[in-house]
Amino acid sequence: MIHFTMKLAGLLLLLAGWAIVLSALMLLRPSLGQNSFIVAGLAIEALGLALAARAHRPLLKEGE
Amino acid sequence: MTSLPASALSEGTVTLCAVFILLVPLAGAGVALINTGLGRSRSAAHSMMASVCVLAVAALAYFVCGFAWQGFAGGPAHAFSAGGRSWNWIAASPFFLRRLGLAGIPVPLIAGLQIFTVGLAALIPLGAGADRWRLGAICASTALFAGFTYPLFAHWVWGGGWLALLGLNCGLGHGFVDAGGSSTIHAVGGLTALAIAWILGPRRAKYSATGLPAAIPGHHGVFVLCGCLLALVGWLGLNCAGGILFAGVALPATALIIINTVLSGAAAGLTAALVTRTRFGKPDASLTANGYIGGLVASSAACAFVQPAEAVIIGIVAGALVPLSVEWFEFALRVDDPGGAVSVHAVGGIWGVLALGLFARFPDPAPGQFIAQLVGVATLLGFVLPLTYGLNWLLDRISPQRVALEGERQGMDLHELGAEAYPEFVVHTEEYLPR
Repeated sequence: MIHFTMKLAGLLLLLAGWAIVLSALMLLRPSLGQNSFIVAGLAIEALGLALAARAHRPLLKEGE
Repeated sequence: MTSLPASALSEGTVTLCAVFILLVPLAGAGVALINTGLGRSRSAAHSMMASVCVLAVAALAYFVCGFAWQGFAGGPAHAFSAGGRSWNWIAASPFFLRRLGLAGIPVPLIAGLQIFTVGLAALIPLGAGADRWRLGAICASTALFAGFTYPLFAHWVWGGGWLALLGLNCGLGHGFVDAGGSSTIHAVGGLTALAIAWILGPRRAKYSATGLPAAIPGHHGVFVLCGCLLALVGWLGLNCAGGILFAGVALPATALIIINTVLSGAAAGLTAALVTRTRFGKPDASLTANGYIGGLVASSAACAFVQPAEAVIIGIVAGALVPLSVEWFEFALRVDDPGGAVSVHAVGGIWGVLALGLFARFPDPAPGQFIAQLVGVATLLGFVLPLTYGLNWLLDRISPQRVALEGERQGMDLHELGAEAYPEFVVHTEEYLPR
């Protein structure tokens, strides 16, 4: 169950990062602020990817 | 960047473009051979059979609805307004390739190229799912991929969609540019491969109780290296045809595309050999082959817009990235990807997209190109990966994608096809003995 929640959270973070990038494009003019929001969106996606990757690591039979 | 107007192709360009398109299936043949060679001997016939099925399903799914949703620049499309700008998000062409004016130019050339490239993209996940992915599930997953996932992103990049129009709408360079398909074909295929590897899980006995991966070497190094040579020819056709049809490159510029593609692949292959020689004492044939293909993948996006020296740099970085990434996915993330599809196509493709932002020189320079490329990468990771994962997860809930344990022990050839690729070979089963 924990792994399922982590997977879901990771994928939702990926979508959230993309939403930030889209919002920056729709709401802001080309500027340093817009670029910062795009980079921030990518950073959120990196977090989501890390979480999804961690959740998908196969469980080991013994402790790591 | 939007595609060229319909009347811009001369008769000579059309002829040469058709020749380039006819070379593209060789890229698919190369990838299929690489996937098969890197898998086990007891799944070899299944792997090639799956490749043939994937090409067939992809072509049919693309014919039924794929092209309708991908469309072409200047074709009918759905758009909405936000922030005072129009956002073109999906094509509205008729299904079954009807009423598209296929006698005109260049729509039939685009459709002809795409019916091959969608198959090439759909072959990529086979490398990640080798030795454990059921044939029926492969066909169903391919239908979703070729019918929806691929066309949607390809419309955004090649069909006059919102990514291609980032330059006009948002003042970001020339918009998201990808001449040969580093993102649309390879990164989309590579991210689907990651989703498949996650959903299927690793092969039995791949990881020990302590988490250390067991080496399960590919069964046929000659297949793998021959696959590279075939793929090179296919890539030359793919990059040249893509450059003409999707980036508006003039016919003489295809010479530069050919030079850049060859140089990038060569630099990447040698770099991968050097990296594996440094790390393991001897050059690793399978990782060198993966590095070579990684260089071709990375070359695709910027092949028409960089100088040969920059293509070499792109290849060197790809050749170093791919073997290190294969190791990282296998050891750190425990992703069992026998064909290295995620590293070669997703990592290599994303590097190619970013390399265009770093190195590309357009005739009319415009600021913001690197940011436009970053937006494309954000879309790949933030939209395409969750979408393809979600679709394949749903499919897995309806009907499990992974073969039963008995099938994996027996080998996919015997279990699913009833006959082995190499009947005279002895099947080794010691890895299934209890530890």
